[in-house]
Amino acid sequence: MSGIAAIHLVENALLVSIQDDVSDVEIIDLQDALSRRIAEENVRGVVLDISALEIVDTFVGRVIAQLAGISRLLDAETYVVGMRPAVAVTLVELGLYLPETRTALSLTHALSQLRRG
Amino acid sequence: MPQAATATILTILETKFSAIVEQWLGTQVKEGVKRSDLFSDSESRAQNAELLKAFAKGVRAGVTDDDFDLADPAWEDLRAVLADVTKERVSRGVTPTEMATFVLALKVPLFAQLQKTLPDNPSSLIFDVLMVTRLVDAFAIYTNEVFIAEREQIIERQREEMLELSTPVVELWDRVLTLPLIGTLDSARAQEVMENLLETILQRQAEVVILDITGVSTVDTQVAQHLLRAAAAVRLMGAECIISGISPMIAQTMVQLGIDVGTVSTRSSIRTALADALGKVGYTIQKNRDH
Repeated sequence: MSGIAAIHLVENALLVSIQDDVSDVEIIDLQDALSRRIAEENVRGVVLDISALEIVDTFVGRVIAQLAGISRLLDAETYVVGMRPAVAVTLVELGLYLPETRTALSLTHALSQLRRG
Repeated sequence: MPQAATATILTILETKFSAIVEQWLGTQVKEGVKRSDLFSDSESRAQNAELLKAFAKGVRAGVTDDDFDLADPAWEDLRAVLADVTKERVSRGVTPTEMATFVLALKVPLFAQLQKTLPDNPSSLIFDVLMVTRLVDAFAIYTNEVFIAEREQIIERQREEMLELSTPVVELWDRVLTLPLIGTLDSARAQEVMENLLETILQRQAEVVILDITGVSTVDTQVAQHLLRAAAAVRLMGAECIISGISPMIAQTMVQLGIDVGTVSTRSSIRTALADALGKVGYTIQKNRDH
């Protein structure tokens, strides 16, 4: 898992920062690891920091969408934070609107929204 | 050494220089293209003399074997002068016809001088007339090209300016942005608007964005699509998007077209949208009791 930083527990949320050179295998591993951690630690939310991602393809987009679905089933909200303008444009063009994920400008915003419930 | 064929032309240009300039000016007056309203007499005279000097220089070096290429370095001076004169005239509002006639009027004095010089040699005369015609026509064509290029540059610049002007992202309050859209929203503009907006959200860390479409005259399915995509991208960045300025007319059209705005907030006026946006970032608008 060289491309992915560790999963950190911040307050009552799991924080993951996805690196730019993430591979398809690594992101699948991440999905698996995150699912388990959400269930084990009973967290309120998951924060995916994708500010390092400069390119997003349909695969990564779909995995992010799936992660949101998984965490919702496990009673946690997924926040995608720090999306770059170019990535937002690409996702919209690909038709991936990520309706199930919540979004925030930064980690701080996501955490304050989580605190508010 | 000049070729025999152009020797006469060159001699005329050198010895009858001022006579040709005067006659050229005279022809321009007769053709009605002198535009003394735009150029003073001395200005026109200086321009013509300069052109003619460059012409002589070109003939001396640029014509070989009765053939010439205006793109040749020998014609560089002439090209420069022609371009300068044309640009000057374009900026003062001269029409392409007047510009071409201005150059073509040079034939009259040259033909007259040739006729005076070669009264007993019709074959040389015809040859020289042909040569002058080809040269002057080439100048006229070149002038036209410069003219069009200059116009195109102006159009391109205005287009860019319009694109820039039409997408100003305004910071209304801390973390509240607005983008007043005016005119038509085609794909190119929608793209520009979206990129501009998303960049500004990142820079200002804005939380609420008001897309105001008061100035958009018509909303069809395509425009609505562009708006909704922009709203979706804004949401992905982590900000909220409010579309304001939806007139009753546009609301009716949108429903009739079956456009679903989904979860995007819409407001009829920017006024309500602003109150809403300020509320979202934790401010309330309060009336001052003294008033």
